[in-house]
Amino acid sequence: MNYDVKKGSWVQVHQIILKPEERTAKIPEETKKVPLELWVKGYLNVDGDIGDIVEITTLTKRKVEGELVEVNPIYDYGFGEEFVPELVQIGEMVKSIVRGDDK
Amino acid sequence: MDLDMSYKGVMSRQDEIIKESTRIEYSDYEINKLTFDYEKMMKDTGINLQDIIRIQRETGVGNTPLIELKNLTRLVRRISPIGKGARIFVKDEQCNPSGSFKDRRASISVYMAKKLGYKGVAAATSGNYGAAVASQAAMRNLDCIIVQECYDSKKVGQPEILEKQRKCECLGSEVIQLSVGPELFYSFLRVLEETGFFNASLYSPYGIAGVESLGYEIAMQCREQAGKDPDVVIATNAGGGNLTGTARGLIKAGAVDTKICGASVDLSGLHMASDIDFNRKSFTTGHTGFSIPFTTWPDRADVPRSAARALRYMDEYLLVKQGEVFFITETLAELEGMERGPAGNTSLAAAFALARELDEDQVIVVQETEYTSAGKHPLAQLSFARQNGIEIKFGNPDEEIPGKNIILPEHPSLINSRHYEINKLRSSYIKNALKVVNVDELEDIDIEFLAAETNTDVEYVKKNLYK
Repeated sequence: MNYDVKKGSWVQVHQIILKPEERTAKIPEETKKVPLELWVKGYLNVDGDIGDIVEITTLTKRKVEGELVEVNPIYDYGFGEEFVPELVQIGEMVKSIVRGDDK
Repeated sequence: MDLDMSYKGVMSRQDEIIKESTRIEYSDYEINKLTFDYEKMMKDTGINLQDIIRIQRETGVGNTPLIELKNLTRLVRRISPIGKGARIFVKDEQCNPSGSFKDRRASISVYMAKKLGYKGVAAATSGNYGAAVASQAAMRNLDCIIVQECYDSKKVGQPEILEKQRKCECLGSEVIQLSVGPELFYSFLRVLEETGFFNASLYSPYGIAGVESLGYEIAMQCREQAGKDPDVVIATNAGGGNLTGTARGLIKAGAVDTKICGASVDLSGLHMASDIDFNRKSFTTGHTGFSIPFTTWPDRADVPRSAARALRYMDEYLLVKQGEVFFITETLAELEGMERGPAGNTSLAAAFALARELDEDQVIVVQETEYTSAGKHPLAQLSFARQNGIEIKFGNPDEEIPGKNIILPEHPSLINSRHYEINKLRSSYIKNALKVVNVDELEDIDIEFLAAETNTDVEYVKKNLYK
């Protein structure tokens, strides 16, 4: 059988740590309704596909089992999807006050 | 025999896991149900201020510049009555190896881990502390695991936290990311138990002792540059370690008349363990969601007795709004040429407002900056907030409602230092103590302990106990 993700690939796996009914009492209702989840990265120990339960070896040599969710996961956040022009206005405002242009 | 890994099973082994991973016998300091010997716990680290400075120099930590913010002070004076407008200085802690004062805390913990023969260190943190532990572990050739509260149930993460994940990973650490919830502690205990790593807790005596060098440096540099001790030092306050360590360092330097102020972002109304509120805040630390519970009961930390006890040292507590911190962050960049992260800018916003109340010859020191980057930058934060339905507008920040809007001051004179009634914090602390022990069980030593904990006297405590 052919697998998409080869052994030794750098991947991220996902686990459910606590099901909703196992969560502690002292949390808000909306949090109680959802599980406590975990994600961690490491090297895939056997060939597999996205969605499979696989085992990985993490950087500290821990063996962790979980659902394979990503291969070579990237950092996809940035400086925001939309510029916030108010910041430019702040700069202009404070500079004009310091320089006395606002009088 | 297989260990019981259920929530209950792991939590029942909490004391032994913490002892194994810190080698601190916390019970040695317990005097009775309520009182414990805080100073003995600090002293038993066996590390004095000189040792701290030496250990930190080994990994390039500390000795950061103190910078006078002349244009910012000028701005304050432009909008203040004649004679008002204190000089504002900032301790540029971004110059530490991982970009924040947290290197000071991590440096001593990681040094101890190495000295005690541990193979690795672990810490539970979503903030700069993770990067600091990762960086120090790299320098001392130890493995590192950071456990991070990161995503809501839709796997959406605050850009600031995602940046911390990146940074930890780029410094060679393994990062365990979790969804929202206080059961993070359970996952953290599992990691400690499985790996046998050192618990580089933010709240251990090592974590606090490391900050003392910061207070000490501030006193020395301020004397050199301003010719006197600071009148006020402002620390962004969350878990209390920043303020506690800095205050202890100032006292060790003999700056006993310096007023210590805490400052936090007002996030009242948002629940820290809420899957919905999690991504409706623009600050992941330095806010009231942490500072109020930790200040009024420090021992909710990940060790039995927290060494961060802010109320012992805090003279004043100031609240600022999210919109004000964004405003001051942009102002610092454009007036002083310093692009810095949100944590230090929380106390800078408070300093800006406080400076207007003080005389021109007085000195306020903001005791930290932190690095900034994608994720932590106001652009990323405000853009993320807008995307999540938070309204952003110019106006009066007093009208800001956390989770609903962010109000950027339409003029810098609207930046307000809201003096929080510190006796309210003290009363809450005493109330929390009475959950541990009944009022009729209290001995004289407990009353004295409560007086020290709340920075008051026996009379004050008695009045509050029996009211």
